[in-house]
Amino acid sequence: MNGQLQQMPLIALRGVSKIYQTGDVEVAALRNVDFHVEPGDFVAIMGSSGSGKSTLMNILGCLDRPTSGQYFLDGQDVSRLDRNGLAIVRNRTLGFVFQSFNLLARTSALENVELPMLYAGVPARERKRRAREALERVGLGARLEHHPRQLSGGQQQRVAIARALVSQPRVILADEPTGNLDSRTSIEVMALFQELRHEGITLVLVTHEPDIASHAGRVVVVRDGRIISDKRQQPVPAEIPPLEEAVS
Amino acid sequence: MNVLETMSLAVRSLLRSKMRSFLTALGIIIGVGAVIAMVAIGDGARASVQKVFDAMGTNMLIVMSGSTNSGGARGGFGSQPTLTWDDLEAIRTQLPSVRAAAPEMRTNTQVFSEDQNWTTSVTGTTPDYFGVRGWSIATGRRFNEADVEAGAKVAVIGQTVVEKLYGAGFDPVGQVIRIKKTPFTIIGMTARKGQSPMGQDYDDSILVPATTFQRQLQSQSLGKYITGVLNVQADANAGTAKAQQDVTALLRERHRLAEDAPNDFDVRDLSELANSRQQSTETLSLLLASIAAVSLVVGGIGIMNIMLVSVTERTREIGVRVAVGARPRDILAQFLIEALTLALLGGLIGAAVGLGVARFLASQFQWPLLVRPDVIFIALGFSALVGVGFGLYPARKASQLDPIDALRYE
Repeated sequence: MNGQLQQMPLIALRGVSKIYQTGDVEVAALRNVDFHVEPGDFVAIMGSSGSGKSTLMNILGCLDRPTSGQYFLDGQDVSRLDRNGLAIVRNRTLGFVFQSFNLLARTSALENVELPMLYAGVPARERKRRAREALERVGLGARLEHHPRQLSGGQQQRVAIARALVSQPRVILADEPTGNLDSRTSIEVMALFQELRHEGITLVLVTHEPDIASHAGRVVVVRDGRIISDKRQQPVPAEIPPLEEAVS
Repeated sequence: MNVLETMSLAVRSLLRSKMRSFLTALGIIIGVGAVIAMVAIGDGARASVQKVFDAMGTNMLIVMSGSTNSGGARGGFGSQPTLTWDDLEAIRTQLPSVRAAAPEMRTNTQVFSEDQNWTTSVTGTTPDYFGVRGWSIATGRRFNEADVEAGAKVAVIGQTVVEKLYGAGFDPVGQVIRIKKTPFTIIGMTARKGQSPMGQDYDDSILVPATTFQRQLQSQSLGKYITGVLNVQADANAGTAKAQQDVTALLRERHRLAEDAPNDFDVRDLSELANSRQQSTETLSLLLASIAAVSLVVGGIGIMNIMLVSVTERTREIGVRVAVGARPRDILAQFLIEALTLALLGGLIGAAVGLGVARFLASQFQWPLLVRPDVIFIALGFSALVGVGFGLYPARKASQLDPIDALRYE
């Protein structure tokens, strides 16, 4: 990674607001939010539903643009990029992990992981190699050709994490990554995130479960479109059960 | 993402639901199949009609002599000989719009082989006749100018006559037949022509040199007059209308007719008949082609319909693709190429089906199997166009989806 860039925040929101127009009523989902994430941070964003945490996540993920304010990602102002520009940022700088995994059905794990590289124009052979490495990294080296339906929830989420990792993004954004998993596999996934964090990957995670947030190094609480608390903490290590016997 | 990768992506996603893809393409399959089969049928029918008219002779004019008028009773065309051998020579040699001309003097009479007899039509003519009427020789040779000059007693004989006198498959060259008691040596047999558009058997006839006909088979000779009609073949480039004009003008001049005097002959254009037949088959082809075009459009609407369903069904997939970095144009290209692939595959299958149908019909109706590669390419091109045209709307819709809504779509 570029040493110079590590000096400044990787993510910097300045006075970001998001207002939705529903009929005649204006709803402010985010109000004048300032928010920074340093490289290598592991941040958990907490909040109840309707707090604005999803909107915050969508803006961080370049899926949506703020109504006002600025968003610097990796030194670049992305708040005014058009759809093509945002697509390139998502492809190169960000990796996504969703609550419902969002893998392509009837498509092998390998092909699912190849997907971001397809749009980055990586040649087929290299795509295969890197996808295999990423799947091996998350402990699914033996299930390259399995389709999502043939995998357990935890395995599916690990395929999704491999997909987020494969294009070597600066930040991985995880939206309720354990929401559809039982507590045991949730801990496996959190353990994987902690490992990634030790490897220097920046993680931003949205959750409403304090247990899950306890594994992060910093907890941000959102309510009514504002950040009401932002605390650093000693992360609770996720007790790692051996990955190979994770099949339920 | 390059085109090839987008295509393999499209093919893979089509293969994921084979039955649906096939049913979607069915409209195009039927459309293209119909185009190719119908054009082949139209061409085959036209070729078989053409064959009939070619047998009659192409670009043909018939010149008939004038009518008698004795005491108010007027005879028909041909009842008064007015055309002379010199007229024929003039038409043949002086008009650039005329390729060839030959007399046709005809009588129906009994002919004898050694042990059989048959009543048939005997025509006295010149060597040009073979070309004008499109006769070719199966065995032996045609008679030539020298035979006409010498009044040789030679005959070229049609296959029906051969069958009646000698039996089928017999080579009659060298045999002697008697026509009105005069022995004629058979020097050639014509190739089979079949029926005229009016149902006459072309092959039931014997051709002999014009001079021999006059001397041996006519009870009285009219000297310089031709007791029959002239067959004139117009030059293909000049066309029959021009030749008709030229022949009329030439004959009026040669017959020294005053400007207001009526023609003492009649020039008829046989190609008109052929043209009207030709036109009716063309109208038929046009009709069939428009039906085919309609079914292609309906096929296209089918593709659009299913693509729209597919875009809705795959909303989440689109959301995921957009989230991991697909640009709107990547999504557009993917769905457009899917529609294009559907249409093209449908077109290819349709072409195969159409060729099969055309082959079957050709064998049923004994038409020649005519397949024009240009029609296949046009049909495939058109189905590609249909795919792109009708795929554009669903593909645009997919590319404009909001990723947040798409990812949340249930």
